Amino acid sequence: MSHQNCRHLLGSLSDYVDGELADEVCAEIDRHLEECENCRIVVDSLRKTIYLYKVTSGPPSVPEEVRQRLYLSLDLEEFIERKANSEMGKA
Amino acid sequence: MNQEKRVEEFSLEALRAGNKAEFARLVEAYSGVIYRLALKVVEDPQDAEDVLQETFIKAYRALPNFDGRSSLSTWLYRIATNEALMTLRRRKSASVANTISIEEPSPNEDNEQEPIQIVDWCCLPETEMMSAEARAYMEKAIETLSPALRTVFLLRDIEGLSTQETAEVLNVSEVVVKTRLSRARMRLRELLSEYFGERAARRSTPEGENS
Repeated sequence: MSHQNCRHLLGSLSDYVDGELADEVCAEIDRHLEECENCRIVVDSLRKTIYLYKVTSGPPSVPEEVRQRLYLSLDLEEFIERKANSEMGKA
Repeated sequence: MNQEKRVEEFSLEALRAGNKAEFARLVEAYSGVIYRLALKVVEDPQDAEDVLQETFIKAYRALPNFDGRSSLSTWLYRIATNEALMTLRRRKSASVANTISIEEPSPNEDNEQEPIQIVDWCCLPETEMMSAEARAYMEKAIETLSPALRTVFLLRDIEGLSTQETAEVLNVSEVVVKTRLSRARMRLRELLSEYFGERAARRSTPEGENS
């Protein structure tokens, strides 16, 4: 029975880790996880997978030369230096 | 992760009127996230740069008609995602005549993947999970996802958009976003378990301690 149950819950695990499930479905999964080690491992490794991608994705940034070409393509040359100036101002 | 979410503090009036200083502020605020997204979707720095430029060129042209029904960020993400998917489509049609739609998951992604790797690797030290080699593997794992699954995963889990925002960006229902996100995450979990599971197993055996 439990294997059947695991399969039935699979599609809900992503919503489960996001906390987006209705209370009763969430409670059903909680109960199942208490007695099913395999599903616990799947849930833990699913959480870890999402976490790892989040923390390793790095800050949003544009290489300086790409940024310069972007400003040129947009005809915004006069604003290119803004960042450099403000950084120099700090130094 | 929400630190990257920007407060929308732009004057729509100035943007619609074509005010360059205001537009430059918008570019400064969003070019980083747009470039990061583009790079991960198209996997090529030159193509990502083209997507970045096209996104803001199109945005500048369309701003006078921006109705403000979605937020500026959602709107920019939508332009960028369309550009990136178009780049992939062009690349695909240039290489081989392929009729598979890149906006739909490939047939083998259509079913919920059953977990095959049931290995507990969560105990591995973070330094090992975040090594350069592990990061390169994780990048490769994303590349194995179809564009349809990859874009949902990137928007939700990397860019931190909500289900509703992601649905707006991709012009699909929230149910579709959730289903694709689930498939993408389960697939990545599978691939990471394969990789890290092996390392966790090596650690727990005495021979592994010397290697």
